[in-house]
Amino acid sequence: MNVVTPFEGIGASVKRKEDLRFLSGRGQYTDDINRPGQAHAYILRSPHAHARIKGVDTAAASAMPGVAAIYTSADLAAIGGIPCGWQIHNKDGTPMAEPKHPVLAEGKVRHVGDPVAVVVAETRQQARDAAEAIHVDYEVLPASVTMTQAQAPGAPAVHDDNPSNLCYDWHIGDKAMTDAAFAAAAHTVVFETTNNRLVPNAMEPRAAIGDYDTTTGEHTLYTTSQNPHVIRLLMGAFVLQIPESKLRVVAPDVGGGFGSKIYHYAEEAIVTWAAAKLGRPVKWTADRSESFMSDAHGRDHISRAELALDAEGKFLGLRVHTQANMGAYLSTFAPCVPTYLYATLLAGVYSTPAIYAEVKAVFTNTVPVDAYRGAGRPEATYLLERLVDVAAKQTGFDKLELRRRNFIPTDAFPYQTPVALQYDSGDYFSTLEQALETAGWATFEQRRAEAKARGRLRGIGISTYLEACGIAPSAVVGSLGARAGLYEVGTIRVHPTGSVTVLTGTHSHGQGHETTFAQLIADKLGVSIANVDIVHGDTAKIPFGMGTYGSRSLAVGGSAMDKAMDKIIAKGKRIAAHLMEASVEDVEFERGTFRVAGTDKTKSLTDISLAAYVPHNYPIDEIEPGLEETAFYDPKNFTYPGGCHIAEVEIEIETGIVSMVNFTAVDDVGRVINPMIVEGQVQGGVAQGIGQALLEGCVYDSHGQLISASMMDYTMPRADDLAPVSVATHTTLCTHNPLGVKGCGEVGAIGSPPAVINAVVDALRDYDISHVEMPATQEKIWSIIHGKR
Amino acid sequence: MPQVSLTVNGKQHTVEVEGRTLLVELLREKLRLTGTHVGCDTSQCGACVVHVDGESVKSCTTLAVMCEGSQVTTIEGLAKPDGTLHPMQEAFREYHALQCGFCTPGMVMSAVDLVAKNPQGLSEKEIREGLEGNLCRCTGYHNIVKAIAAAQEVMHGRRETVAAAAE
Repeated sequence: MNVVTPFEGIGASVKRKEDLRFLSGRGQYTDDINRPGQAHAYILRSPHAHARIKGVDTAAASAMPGVAAIYTSADLAAIGGIPCGWQIHNKDGTPMAEPKHPVLAEGKVRHVGDPVAVVVAETRQQARDAAEAIHVDYEVLPASVTMTQAQAPGAPAVHDDNPSNLCYDWHIGDKAMTDAAFAAAAHTVVFETTNNRLVPNAMEPRAAIGDYDTTTGEHTLYTTSQNPHVIRLLMGAFVLQIPESKLRVVAPDVGGGFGSKIYHYAEEAIVTWAAAKLGRPVKWTADRSESFMSDAHGRDHISRAELALDAEGKFLGLRVHTQANMGAYLSTFAPCVPTYLYATLLAGVYSTPAIYAEVKAVFTNTVPVDAYRGAGRPEATYLLERLVDVAAKQTGFDKLELRRRNFIPTDAFPYQTPVALQYDSGDYFSTLEQALETAGWATFEQRRAEAKARGRLRGIGISTYLEACGIAPSAVVGSLGARAGLYEVGTIRVHPTGSVTVLTGTHSHGQGHETTFAQLIADKLGVSIANVDIVHGDTAKIPFGMGTYGSRSLAVGGSAMDKAMDKIIAKGKRIAAHLMEASVEDVEFERGTFRVAGTDKTKSLTDISLAAYVPHNYPIDEIEPGLEETAFYDPKNFTYPGGCHIAEVEIEIETGIVSMVNFTAVDDVGRVINPMIVEGQVQGGVAQGIGQALLEGCVYDSHGQLISASMMDYTMPRADDLAPVSVATHTTLCTHNPLGVKGCGEVGAIGSPPAVINAVVDALRDYDISHVEMPATQEKIWSIIHGKR
Repeated sequence: MPQVSLTVNGKQHTVEVEGRTLLVELLREKLRLTGTHVGCDTSQCGACVVHVDGESVKSCTTLAVMCEGSQVTTIEGLAKPDGTLHPMQEAFREYHALQCGFCTPGMVMSAVDLVAKNPQGLSEKEIREGLEGNLCRCTGYHNIVKAIAAAQEVMHGRRETVAAAAE
């Protein structure tokens, strides 16, 4: 038998294949790559939120040592703007406002960090020195910094031809039915909140290298991307008009993404274009300050939610009005985040029969906002799970009982929500009970009393959440405005001697795909993971792909691999039938072994692969040689992970400092392939959620200056800000993909923020407050405790 | 141009640098030792930590010329010449203390110095405080703390292997 031992297949916490290179300094990130003869680009960016460019004088800078070229928008007149990948329609059916997003600012700058000019020089330092010598004549204009300012009459127009600053005014759900639910309600609860703007801050700053082969006319872009094929599509077709066959995009090791490296950014087009123009490679690497002012930000909603309940606490209706900040330009997927990734999640885990949500998206003179870990779903979950706690307090129902009373029953799946989604499976009662048990919910009051004796206020908070990921059925998203399909591609190449190369259109930037995907192959084909190589991140090697985001890699990319393996097995059975002189119908396959049913006649996968590539004794008239199959998998539905998060905090009365003391996550992520990796994904997501709840907030001043533009000013969670996180899973299988998997990349960031704020509010139960806005900083808490709000 | 002579991972180098050249630029650009990373520009993230004369330093805030005559160890020089991983590297792998890998070299170099300076052993709280100078965006630190707790047992000779040493 060829069964792998020790077991490395589905369910095994095998150590990661990628770790050795990262631990020994042999990872290869974009900035680690140097091309022969490469020059360096530095981007001069706007210091103003809003200004007219009256002139750019590059004469002095051009004469500086080492300068090869300086480009402004005038030089890029022939190339297109940066496209948006999703079109939302207004309530009246008209399309959203979609202003041009130039690669370099044309006539106006619209946010601090907007790129104005590019200097290419022999060294990065020379490019930077020369950029300082460029004189830009700005006429500074008043800025629309906040969404409230931007919507006021006579507000400065971010785009001159759109004085309303409105991108779209969209809605979902049944308004009349929802209004009727409110008219019949015994209780009505209102909750208003701001979902704080975040800066993703993947540890690797973005970088890009353009390279051009003057012999073949082929362009190569090395870039810090989560989806190289998407960049090839957007940049090639819309910006630079380079056919796919002449454009290769490589995303090598990427140091974290969290959404911020999905989008097509100006710098990618700049280095690709400049490399061809200059006939030499051009490299650009962001410093962290540039990351703060040029990577797409996340969240930034202002919402009002109303919940209607009957006398028994059953939810009758939910009405939501949200304003979502788009920033100055539409980033690649920005319009879908506060609509189809947000408002469709407002049912949560509850059987609320009537929901109506309106979303206004607004342009402001700030950095563009797009998906950040969770993307819309954390905003929806936060709104809903805070609202339920506020409702419990106002109506007097126990917060757990109120949740249980409204959970979608475990036998009600598939469950159609009033906001478009159909959940396939889930068991919210079990994840709740398991989390309550693990967190010691029943004995909390003892811990609170004990903390009080130490001068601390202890609070406990819960969130029962759900998300939609495994993005996404192409026809569905197409009908909702996506300008792409969202299937995934997998190629399984069984080599002559039995090792396997897998080509995947997803991209790993921390998720451990090289291990998890190898486990899928080990489990099904019986090949040891040491003999399986996962190849991703290069459009020249991989047929196609849509990349990694929305917890889609395993659910969609893994399913494509599974489908391709089925084709390998089907072909292998035909070859095996020939070799064993049996009929195909009688050949069985299990983990590496083909067997004639009911006999001891077997052939190994290696016997078959060898025969396929050395077809001496082979049914050559019926079957082609070789053993390689490709599958495209288009998911039938989203996947719906969910679960329960419980946070426990302590507040020091004297200082207002909030400390995390305990965190429990019990998540249903579907079938678990590698429990160690799943646990790591949840822990990382929870850390980002705690960061949003307690520490992180992007701040602009009244002129639109970005105040929190460095890691000294923007509070990233550090080791001593966090507490141990207890992670467990409770599985219900996804019913519509072959692996039964749901996805685990975003659950941590989605479920945790409301649990933490619910805990903070609980800790402050003696202080007559109903809410604390995120981030719940020391200053806010101290002011509540000491009465200086 | 000034010259600086220094030993990196046991190998002697004499390199021409500008006065403003940072140690990390010398390592990455002149010596092509790209395991040391730059994650910020304000000395906050610690992705650039290396050892200079046995002390962990942020190489993004150290001028190359300050390292004249110094012994520098980077992540590339931490394992034994035969490839045997340092116990800290081994522990990071064992406890899944890395995801994207970008902060990892600096995190490991900081952790080695932290443990080496505290032979008495560090509590979980002390490890968390000792990591103040290093940022990780992926892991939530939980497994990094476990890995360091395990590695200190091996580094100080209290255990043979890092497996199960964190419990």
